[in-house]
Amino acid sequence: MSILVDEKTRLITQGITGREGMFHTEQSMLYGTKVVGGVTPGKGGQTVLGKVPVFNTVSDAVKITKANATMVFVPPPFAADAILEAADAGIELIICITEGIPVTDMVDVYKYLQGTKSRLVGPNCPGVISPGKAKIGIMPAHIHKKGNVGIISRSGTLTYEAVGQLTALGIGQSTCVGIGGDPIIGSRYIDVLQLFQKDRGTKAICMIGEIGGTAEDEAAYYIKKHVTKPVVGFIAGQTAPPGRRMGHAGAIISGGQGTAEEKMKVMKRCGIKVVKSPADLGKTIKKVL
Amino acid sequence: MKIHEYQAKEILRKYSVAVPNGVLISEKSEAAQAAKKLGTNVVVVKAQIHAGGRGKGGGVKLAKTPQEAQKYAGDILGMTLITPQTGSEGRLVKKVLIEEGMSIVKELYMGILVDRESSQVLIMASEAGGMEIEEVAADTPEKIIKETVDPVIGVQPYLARKIAFALNLEGAALKAVIPFIINLYDAFVKEDCSMLEINPLVVTSDDRVLALDAKVDIDDNAMYRHKETQTYRDIDEEDPTEVEASKFHLNYIKLNGNIGCMVNGAGLAMATMDIIKLSGGEPANFLDVGGGADEEMIENGFRILLSDGSVKGIFINIFGGILRCDVLARGVVAATKKLHIKIPVVVRMEGTNMEQGHQILKDSGLNFLIGNGMKDGAQKVVKAIK
Repeated sequence: MSILVDEKTRLITQGITGREGMFHTEQSMLYGTKVVGGVTPGKGGQTVLGKVPVFNTVSDAVKITKANATMVFVPPPFAADAILEAADAGIELIICITEGIPVTDMVDVYKYLQGTKSRLVGPNCPGVISPGKAKIGIMPAHIHKKGNVGIISRSGTLTYEAVGQLTALGIGQSTCVGIGGDPIIGSRYIDVLQLFQKDRGTKAICMIGEIGGTAEDEAAYYIKKHVTKPVVGFIAGQTAPPGRRMGHAGAIISGGQGTAEEKMKVMKRCGIKVVKSPADLGKTIKKVL
Repeated sequence: MKIHEYQAKEILRKYSVAVPNGVLISEKSEAAQAAKKLGTNVVVVKAQIHAGGRGKGGGVKLAKTPQEAQKYAGDILGMTLITPQTGSEGRLVKKVLIEEGMSIVKELYMGILVDRESSQVLIMASEAGGMEIEEVAADTPEKIIKETVDPVIGVQPYLARKIAFALNLEGAALKAVIPFIINLYDAFVKEDCSMLEINPLVVTSDDRVLALDAKVDIDDNAMYRHKETQTYRDIDEEDPTEVEASKFHLNYIKLNGNIGCMVNGAGLAMATMDIIKLSGGEPANFLDVGGGADEEMIENGFRILLSDGSVKGIFINIFGGILRCDVLARGVVAATKKLHIKIPVVVRMEGTNMEQGHQILKDSGLNFLIGNGMKDGAQKVVKAIK
């Protein structure tokens, strides 16, 4: 079992004719993801990657291909519009890879999505992979292994690090979800934790956070109340100076809030096995399984 | 992006948010004239630097005559102003804002920001104006009024009224603060601010409501649609190495240690700093070369790392996804040769084309240390510089 994406997912790519969009659509197809189409306004009617039809609008694509998921590679000035278009067309799962969307755009998008049946993952995230079934995103597929650990993270390469450690120990993953490093994201830790708790194929959860905001604290309280599966956690940025934005727009300690120390304390108190060193993620998960 | 107080006030004026009359000067000789032009009994002379806490460092003075204004302007212009926020190196003051003085009866606080918890814009207000809002939040959180704004309707009069009454305003001041709040929100959204702080927001004895100070940060991601605001950037207020790095789309932040790190991805870059510290070392920087780094970027990354004289060793930690390890290795070899790097370089790489990458490092004849995992890499670099 897995969450969010599997062999039944019917994917389109928004921004499919761009360099990144095309490359990662092909990579996803090679992994076995069912790619049914793509959207680039003005390029409808073309066929790319040998067999993938391109549409002018998401609603055209949905009508003809019955797509239920989209991967957004549209450049930042137009990405919010692309998410809204996907939601308006009734796409259930919107995964937005684009980095650098203005935050006021996301305020509007977030509000609009509340009234729809669409779930947004990201933006500014590596995507979602259910090893052995489907991948939607930019993560290197070959480091993954099918198994029963669910991973949820705000960071891209740090997630690969955790996956790499697990796979090296012979431990596979049910689904890995990158929720993104921006201040406003569609799915939060708790949304994904809820899915992992319900998923019979997930036996343990690895939660990777970073400085800034209070999403990890919120997740920790949720875990204490609702999650019975073992959770291992790590917070990046224990040595980050306050007031500086560490790469991710959301990774900033402001007014003494959002420090790694504070988050780790709350997580520990809520029963999460917190590792101080990122190198200990794999072996600690092995212990709790 | 941070901007100066006088720039923030220019923006506010555009949205009809009341601010004091002021004249910006960069020469002492302009001060007396400016004070006369303002025509008030007293004027305030304010240093223009990005950091807060200017008053504590002697960067804000009250002048009772134009001559006094001139004297203070002379003192402040060209001074290296040290405030609790500048660090010990301080900031050079190049511009001074001379503003009208006024008779203040009430000092309030108002801030607007994007709240992650609600994913909406949040207006915060407090009667405890002039104090750090973080202190108020820690000591007396009940004194902070918080209202989230529905983006569909924005700030409607009822919401502004709610805040105004909670601030215990009445009469003409109450009437004046309502459009003030509505316009302030308008400025926040239309100018793509990530933070807007009016501290203090003052009520005068003649019932005017004004933004006495203004601190505005603009969302870097939205800068493309604000050509005018782009000209507000003051590179002198930024770290020169960070400015250089941003030219190459590298994300660099200088820290105080002596181990330079080069990593792909922000989360892994932070985790790398952490593991250096856990291994007994001190990271010299945060450097994220991003997912699509090429040879040239790696060379530039090296150059920027090495421009920090305190760097005694380098730790490269790459988890190759889109960035292939063979490309990285070639870049590292080329840059090491070109820049004649003599200090220890530890390379830890994993992921796409890892074997080829290691072969390239081996064949180079250069003396790289190889980290087997990020812990081993961190320990090796800490040991190498001892």
